Amino acid sequence: MNRDADHYVLHVNGVEREVTDSWLGESLLDVLRDRLGLVGTKGACEQGECGSCSVMVDDVLVCSCLVMAATAVDQPIVTIEGIAPAGVPSDVQTAFVEAGAVQCGFCTPGLIVAVHDLLERVAAPSDTEIREELAGNVCRCTGYGRIVDAVQHVALQRRSAGS
Amino acid sequence: MPVHLPDSVAAAVALLAQEPSATVLAGGTDLMVEVNDGHRRPSASVVAVNRIAELRSWHHDPTTSTLTIGSAVSYREMLEGPLAAMVPSLAQAARTVGSPQIRNAGTLGGNLGTCSPAGDALPVLSALEGVVEVASAAGRRTLAVSDFMVGVKRTALQPGEMIVSVTVPVVDGWQAYAKVGVRNAMVIAVASACVVLDRGHQRVAVALGSVGPTVLRCPDAEQQLSDAIDWSTLDVAPGELERFGELVSAASRPITDHRSSADYRRHAVGVLAKRLVRRATSGEVAA
Repeated sequence: MNRDADHYVLHVNGVEREVTDSWLGESLLDVLRDRLGLVGTKGACEQGECGSCSVMVDDVLVCSCLVMAATAVDQPIVTIEGIAPAGVPSDVQTAFVEAGAVQCGFCTPGLIVAVHDLLERVAAPSDTEIREELAGNVCRCTGYGRIVDAVQHVALQRRSAGS
Repeated sequence: MPVHLPDSVAAAVALLAQEPSATVLAGGTDLMVEVNDGHRRPSASVVAVNRIAELRSWHHDPTTSTLTIGSAVSYREMLEGPLAAMVPSLAQAARTVGSPQIRNAGTLGGNLGTCSPAGDALPVLSALEGVVEVASAAGRRTLAVSDFMVGVKRTALQPGEMIVSVTVPVVDGWQAYAKVGVRNAMVIAVASACVVLDRGHQRVAVALGSVGPTVLRCPDAEQQLSDAIDWSTLDVAPGELERFGELVSAASRPITDHRSSADYRRHAVGVLAKRLVRRATSGEVAA
């Protein structure tokens, strides 16, 4: 399977999106933001340290800055815009707002994607597990306490709803 | 300039034979950092290998008691399940790599291919005396991990070659990995160590990371500890353990750089190695 690096189709949030004029080696982060207008995904460090660009590729949480966009063809990509379809906030987004886990908001999209992934895999995480799982999402405002609170709130809510 | 997504090793090496300067891309966690920094632009085509099923799989051979891990197996896959049970030190090393996002993308073959002195899996592969299989259009060959790692970010890979797998023994005994860094996550090792106490062969292996141009083994410390240890209980007399730590420190060849000083690294790597040996009997595990 060979693809031209400058013209390919990505499957983003359930929609086929054509990418043109991309350069070889261009990151998925830059393609999402600059070519597809999906600016919910943030870019900061561009070396995988901060997690603000976290997205799901093929059901796996990754830093979109470290994904060569042309290699993500034929794989489902979910960004923060795909987390809450039709403009209704997800349970995680609501919990972040209510817990005061959002301050400047720059890290929030990446964290929301990471928390959705975490709670899919671990239904009842301990505070330590939450901190280890979110260690790749840097927040310089909150001190993380309220983020952990928000995650625990959603975990409990989902367990109550499921029981 | 195309991006190739081959689905077999044969297809990948055919592409590399046509274009030996093509960039081989696995998880992207090293390469894309350089691309994003503007330090590297793929000048020819890119061969992305992480859709090749053979590279994404692993195989346990009970007759030889060995485990063969494909080069595109991610750290995430190494840190839990059957792989973690068979090679616990590799699981411990994988858990210290980056963050969940990095562990989901980064691969064992990428760690070898980059060959950073701080590569977390490399002391484990060295202590276990792993064997690397590489492929080219001319066929396949194997070489010892110690021969594969040539220097700082330098390997024995020839143009047109790619890493297929690493084979390590499933050891009867104790093994562990630990590293020192400035925080618990997202950290490049300031010093790291892997200790393997192979009860079956009554052999000690110690490999150090981030304290030399590439991973270093410690022959004097290995000999001393294998003589001093009680192989039935894995107990070591306190004086002998101190001596072991000194010999490990003496085997290191650290430099001073922006992450740490040579003196600190030399000291820390001895402390780490002693700590790992103590864990063999204390039952203590990494938090």
